[in-house]
Amino acid sequence: MSVKIDPLLCNGCQGQDEANCVKLCPGDLLMIDQETGKPHIRNEADCWDCMVCVKGCPLEAIETVLPYQLASYKATLKPRVLDGKIIWHLRDARGNEETYELKTSS
Amino acid sequence: MRGGVFADMSEIKIEKLETDLLIIGGGTAGCLAAVRAKREAAELDVVIAEKAHIERSGCLAAGMNAINAYINPGETPESFVSYVRADAMGLLREDLVLSMAKRLNEVVQEVESWGLPIEKDERGNYLSRGRWNIKISGESLKPIIAGRAIDSGARVLNRVMITKLLLEEGRVTGAMGFGVRSGIFYLIKAKAVIVATGGAAGIYRPNNSGSSHHKMWYSPFNTGGGYAIGIRAGAEMTSFEMRFIALRTKDVIAPTGTLALGFGAKQVNSLGERFMATRYSHLGAEGAPTPLRVFGPTQEVKEGRGPIFLDTTHLKEEELRELKKSYLNMYPELILSWAANGFDPRERPIEIQGTEPYLVGGHTQSGYWISEKRETTLEGLYAAGDVAGGAPYKFVSGCWAEGVIAAENAVDYIRETGSTEESAESNDCLFTEMLRVYAPLHRDDGVSPPEMEERLQKVMDEYAGGVSRYYEMNEHELLLALNQIKHLQTQTRHLRAEDFHRLMNCHEVIDRIDIAEVLLNHLLYRKETRWPAYQSRVDYPYCNDRDWLKFVNSKRVNDRLEILERPYRQVVGGDRYVP
Ligand SMILES: Cc1cc2nc3c(=O)[nH]c(=O)nc-3n(C[C@H](O)[C@H](O)[C@H](O)COP(=O)(O)OP(=O)(O)OC[C@H]3O[C@@H](n4cnc5c(N)ncnc54)[C@H](O)[C@@H]3O)c2cc1C
Repeated sequence: MSVKIDPLLCNGCQGQDEANCVKLCPGDLLMIDQETGKPHIRNEADCWDCMVCVKGCPLEAIETVLPYQLASYKATLKPRVLDGKIIWHLRDARGNEETYELKTSS
Repeated sequence: MRGGVFADMSEIKIEKLETDLLIIGGGTAGCLAAVRAKREAAELDVVIAEKAHIERSGCLAAGMNAINAYINPGETPESFVSYVRADAMGLLREDLVLSMAKRLNEVVQEVESWGLPIEKDERGNYLSRGRWNIKISGESLKPIIAGRAIDSGARVLNRVMITKLLLEEGRVTGAMGFGVRSGIFYLIKAKAVIVATGGAAGIYRPNNSGSSHHKMWYSPFNTGGGYAIGIRAGAEMTSFEMRFIALRTKDVIAPTGTLALGFGAKQVNSLGERFMATRYSHLGAEGAPTPLRVFGPTQEVKEGRGPIFLDTTHLKEEELRELKKSYLNMYPELILSWAANGFDPRERPIEIQGTEPYLVGGHTQSGYWISEKRETTLEGLYAAGDVAGGAPYKFVSGCWAEGVIAAENAVDYIRETGSTEESAESNDCLFTEMLRVYAPLHRDDGVSPPEMEERLQKVMDEYAGGVSRYYEMNEHELLLALNQIKHLQTQTRHLRAEDFHRLMNCHEVIDRIDIAEVLLNHLLYRKETRWPAYQSRVDYPYCNDRDWLKFVNSKRVNDRLEILERPYRQVVGGDRYVP
């Protein structure tokens, strides 16, 4: 796996010329599905897991899921991007939670 | 049109642009070059052609947690050169490293003034992490510098992959490429060009395969386009044989400097031995030159004392939180993998491994042979960052410094020379290049880019010192590899693409095959082992200063690769092997 996009949360960045994730992916891997108007990944194996699309999604609809050969089911790492900072929520496989706040601009 | 792509060449839209300065690659070096050029000469038009979108493209996509080249209080540009020289086993372009070192602090302070948070102590001094590093909160480093490049007034062409330099009467007068989404063909005429496309990943079989084949350290989307256009145009290249192999956490391939420099973790083998201290004390133990710090652990594994770890079991709870924060700024998926696998670095040490070899002129020194002004051997073409050769230990800040130096000199050049007359050459070139670029779209049968990539990576791994060979090679293997790579070059005419994204992938693999040919020639030519692991010739196992204290360079002349030797010059006094 690479990224998982929640079809219920995602609205394809309606009203924008281009969805944020489609714009930002450094590997040009995300594209809009003509039928649904929502993004999907062309080739999961080509993902670098850099989380740029995850951080760029205004609706927090994208999640990085690492390839199973490297990481067990199931933990989550979710960023909340705010002005000048990011708050990361980490949930491990046993359900323990941790939160980290990081500055992004001064 | 057929399936969104063209049925024949007449449907291709051509866009011709004119500018003063063209920057190829809007990454770390490219963005700083754009800002500096516009500041030096607001009247000049600057275009950045970028394969992805500059907001998050290149190595800085996920962010950074440190700046690895900074002259901390008590150090000087000269002491930096001495250190980097010893780290590069006594052979490097001291003039380049010195001129870069003199600009490091200036560029860091400039980017800080744009909004980059740099960590400070109570007295307001930067927090250092080791001799040459400072800690930053750099998750947003790329959007910060990209925003500046846009605000400076540079025009940005996103999603354009450059595939060829335009050469007129021996002078570089622009470049050509195509829109990786639009399919538009671009011809960009310029009075000067800076190439800043980063290094090359994906030449060797990576540590991980299948669903994780892109779970690598260097950006898998930096595929060496800038090297390839230079090679094909006959630019002189240097030191490709000094490959870069990184010591990384196993599986997720995250940087380990954070652990070693930031948190005092030491390398241990499966017997609990601090083998760098016991076996390599005469070479500097844990402070030995970077290639030896990859060679050491690789030997441990080869000789049956693996796996190798960085010992983090001494960390206190608060330190572990700090460590996780550090990675979230640069490589967040490592933290996710620990959470998924129930891994706690305080209970168990972190396993590490060497990566597949990359070409990265900003860590090692493979790239364009340049002058102190960052001019390449082709008039009108400048190089900066990971694509430029001769100066290792650049990292983020050294790439910035080179971008700035290249921009200043390119601006001077433009002012002195102005534009060339339009010649017939550029139209001929245009059609030849269009045919070459779009050919894979017209094939119904043939080879897909991933298939050709796998073949390239297998050959390089097995015969040219990949991970599976503990990075070792000999002349017989290299000759065999070269033979196969030459054959692969004839196979690229069977590549096929069903859309423009795949067309980009086709050119990425074509570029890497051309780079592999140069790399193999360099590996064959240097008959010593100068940089263990990076360049381990088992048939010439020793460093030989008497015969090989010189650079191995190459250039393509009439479709043949010529090797040239260039002398080493010491600029900073002192013992070359003492940091
Ligand atoms: C994961 C990772 C972590 C790192 N951590 C640190 C750190 O903490 N501190 C530090 O100092 N250094 C670090 N480095 C090193 C540093 O990031 C790089 O050396 C530096 O960013 C390279 O800059 P560059 O401008 O040469 O390349 P990049 O910034 O990668 O820019 C190259 C650009 O060229 C574009 N491009 C490529 N080919 C083409 C083409 N054919 N046409 C058009 N555009 C093209 C790419 O899309 C990209 O935008 C790290 C590197 C990596 C990969």
